[in-house]
Amino acid sequence: MSGRIHSLESFGTVDGPGVRFVVFVQGCPMRCAYCHNPDTWSTEGGKQMEVSEIIDEFERNRSFYKGGGITVTGGEPLLQIDFLTELFTEAKKHDIHTCIDTSGIVFKPQNEALIAKLDALMELTDLVMLDIKHIDPEEHKKLTKQPNDGILAFAEYLSDRGVDIWIRHVVVPTITDNDDYLFKLGYFIGGLKTLKALDVLPYHTMGKPKYEKLGLPYPLEGIEPMDKNKVVEKKQMILNGIKEKRKELKQ
Amino acid sequence: MRPEWKDFVGGKWESEINVRDFIQKNYHPYDGDDTFLAGPTQNTKDLWAQVLDLQKQEREAGGVLDMDTKVISTITSHGPGYLNKDKETIVGFQTDKPFKRSLQPYGGIRMAEKACSDNGYEVDPEISEFFSTHRKTHNAGVFDAYNQEMRTCRSAHIITGLPDAYGRGRIIGDYRRIALYGIDRLIEDKQEQKDSTGRVMTDDVIRLREEISEQMTALKMMKEMAASYGCDISKPATNVQEAIQATYFGYLCAVKEQNGAAMSLGRTSTFLDCFAERDLANGTFTEEQIQEFVDHFIMKLRCIKFARTPEYNQIFAGDPVWVTESLGGVGVDGRHMVSKMSFRYLNTLNNLGPSPEPNLTVLWSTRLPEGWKKFCAKMSIKTSSIQYENDDLMRVTHGDDYGIACCVSSMVIGKEMQFFGARANLAKCLLYALNGGVDEVSKKQVGPKYRPVEGDVLDYDDVMSKFIDMMEWQADVYVNTLNIIHYMHDKYCYERAQMALHDRDVKRYFATGVAGLSIVADSLSAIKYAKVEAIRDEDGVIVDFKTTGEFPKYGNDDDRVDLIAQEIVHKFMTAVRRHHTYRNGVPTTSILTITSNVTYGKATGNTPDGRKKGQPFAPGANPMHGRDTHGAVASLASVAKLPFKDAQDGISNTFSIIPGALGKDDQVFAGDIELDLSK
Repeated sequence: MSGRIHSLESFGTVDGPGVRFVVFVQGCPMRCAYCHNPDTWSTEGGKQMEVSEIIDEFERNRSFYKGGGITVTGGEPLLQIDFLTELFTEAKKHDIHTCIDTSGIVFKPQNEALIAKLDALMELTDLVMLDIKHIDPEEHKKLTKQPNDGILAFAEYLSDRGVDIWIRHVVVPTITDNDDYLFKLGYFIGGLKTLKALDVLPYHTMGKPKYEKLGLPYPLEGIEPMDKNKVVEKKQMILNGIKEKRKELKQ
Repeated sequence: MRPEWKDFVGGKWESEINVRDFIQKNYHPYDGDDTFLAGPTQNTKDLWAQVLDLQKQEREAGGVLDMDTKVISTITSHGPGYLNKDKETIVGFQTDKPFKRSLQPYGGIRMAEKACSDNGYEVDPEISEFFSTHRKTHNAGVFDAYNQEMRTCRSAHIITGLPDAYGRGRIIGDYRRIALYGIDRLIEDKQEQKDSTGRVMTDDVIRLREEISEQMTALKMMKEMAASYGCDISKPATNVQEAIQATYFGYLCAVKEQNGAAMSLGRTSTFLDCFAERDLANGTFTEEQIQEFVDHFIMKLRCIKFARTPEYNQIFAGDPVWVTESLGGVGVDGRHMVSKMSFRYLNTLNNLGPSPEPNLTVLWSTRLPEGWKKFCAKMSIKTSSIQYENDDLMRVTHGDDYGIACCVSSMVIGKEMQFFGARANLAKCLLYALNGGVDEVSKKQVGPKYRPVEGDVLDYDDVMSKFIDMMEWQADVYVNTLNIIHYMHDKYCYERAQMALHDRDVKRYFATGVAGLSIVADSLSAIKYAKVEAIRDEDGVIVDFKTTGEFPKYGNDDDRVDLIAQEIVHKFMTAVRRHHTYRNGVPTTSILTITSNVTYGKATGNTPDGRKKGQPFAPGANPMHGRDTHGAVASLASVAKLPFKDAQDGISNTFSIIPGALGKDDQVFAGDIELDLSK
């Protein structure tokens, strides 16, 4: 079957372990103010690509991906769950490490049909990189135009299913750099049993020209890029939260 | 066993000159990390500060600090030179003082004169007179033999960068032999070689006998030169300091007599480590002392200088010596060849700071030990001073005791050498094919007067067949030009010091090279997959192109165009192989213009791929700038399709990437949150 693909990157080094073949899917329901890929929002654009085409492209340069694998990002990969399942089914036949970089937004704990599909997909998934935009429900809504309850539930679902998780978090000055919230985020993810890594990213403005090209107003006009050194301190706040939670769990 | 070899494992190497056998029997593969390494000593810091000061003075003086204008450089022409005799553990400069460039007229007196005059010096008129009247040079010999066509091709830049007025370089002496055997033994061996030549005095036998005599003279002079520094290299080295010193003296003799286009060192680190391990075991030296010897050795290599003209520096983008040292790799028995000494060499980038020279080249294999791979990556990130080459590819051809000359030319140390041959401008050749041999810049008939393309829209089959014909002509004139060059270089500017450190019967690679591969591939792709219309000037010469439609571009892992690039390389090599080569050299080609791509671009008109007249070529086998749009792996995959068997002298790809795009510097990607939490 085919999926709606925005683009392929043959040399991904920041989207999972090792050198990765990165599939950017087209379409995302989130409207994160700091999104640097607004060109992947629309569910209309992109091009249809067959699973076999993607696997073939990976295979022809397989030797570059030792210790790496395929990462599907976007856009929101879980919008195309059937395609993703077939892609990963093939990937596993080829012994390829699989990773999904997702916001978790599509997760609905009550939707049994969806859960069944996710259960099947997670059997084929080695790693989920879950990007938690904000721990606070209100702030999350302001930032992304979507609630975060499903996202947090998805994290717990992954934890219960035993799927490895890397948490990603973008630190935006004045928006997601509040130490209390960061601590809370850490406190939440500290409870995840399969948490393997924490990737804290400084907000940058490299996506800005894309907005101009698409004729969209830039939502974070006037906000400076995050200082890379400061991010280390911010990351420490999250780590403190994790430690606190783990301490409580031990007691 | 000789007393100097005590504690070494014996073998064939004792009874014959066989450094590889010595290494294989005695080296210690090192699987650990970099924590054993020592920092710079105070003496190292003091000496390096002196070098930095000299470098500053040299820059302020406009690029040259001092030049010898009176003494013709030979192995023994100059007395000893020092930075600070009391602090140097490894000694030796090309002339009697650091940063003084030597006078080397044998390649060509005009070049030597110009190198001086362009820098504000004047060669002693008596020397000029002598080399113009009484003693012929390589350059004079070449121009005596060139035919008119060769001269025309040379000035039209269809073949270019030829080593006909300067030293060809690219020959690596096995400098390690001096450390392991001592000069006396090497002279005995050469005498045996001389006695072993045929009794029928053909040209070849006479030349060989004369060359071996020259080599023996050079060996005797090496001993004399070393003695002037108070060192006796007549016998084998007894410890690592002497071994490094002897190896360096061998190299120093080479650069005293040859101002070559690339003067590379070879593969010395793991050889020297055998001595270092013995010294560490015996308590002769500490790690700190051994690192100091290495630091002083590398410091000396960083001070190698030649007298060159601004034009020469333009071709090579600077003033490179190409002191290439090959590190690591894997042996044919499957053991990796990384030793502690390999680490110590890279550690000089810590102790002395980053530097382009010596050109530290890691022979990369998937089977290298993890500790070494990590250290290489760390030092690359820190200093950007390491070159990497594919050992898994080259080992198949050369075994495990080869080294790199210049940037990519591989050869077995002491057993193989190369006749360096610059390169053929393929982009220009394509334009000649279109214009029936008329040069698109000068409008002169340079190539043969074949039928030019007719009509406005270019047809792929027609252009391809004309291009192949023109390439046949280009290869013919190119190879024959090189035949003259190497004949004359052997005759008038023979590398006796380097060749003294070779076997009697060396395998000679007859190197050629190509420039502009990606332009030709993209141009032919445009002609095949888009519509290319020729635009002619008032003389009917095609000088520009109008391209409509899309076409696949080399550098995107797209077979439609990548296979065209592959075919061109194969066709060119086939054309080269058709010709007689001087001394039965084995023909090879390279795709490696790392710096001269700018110069070649200046001399070449508009091309059908959309490149404008004068714009630089892509370096080496690189895709044209900005045309590889599918990410790094796709770009590299296109280059990787080029056949090594048809480009055995090397394929280079210059790859730039911002550090952030190479991954993260923290532990996130180790995928281990516990590392973060434990801080």
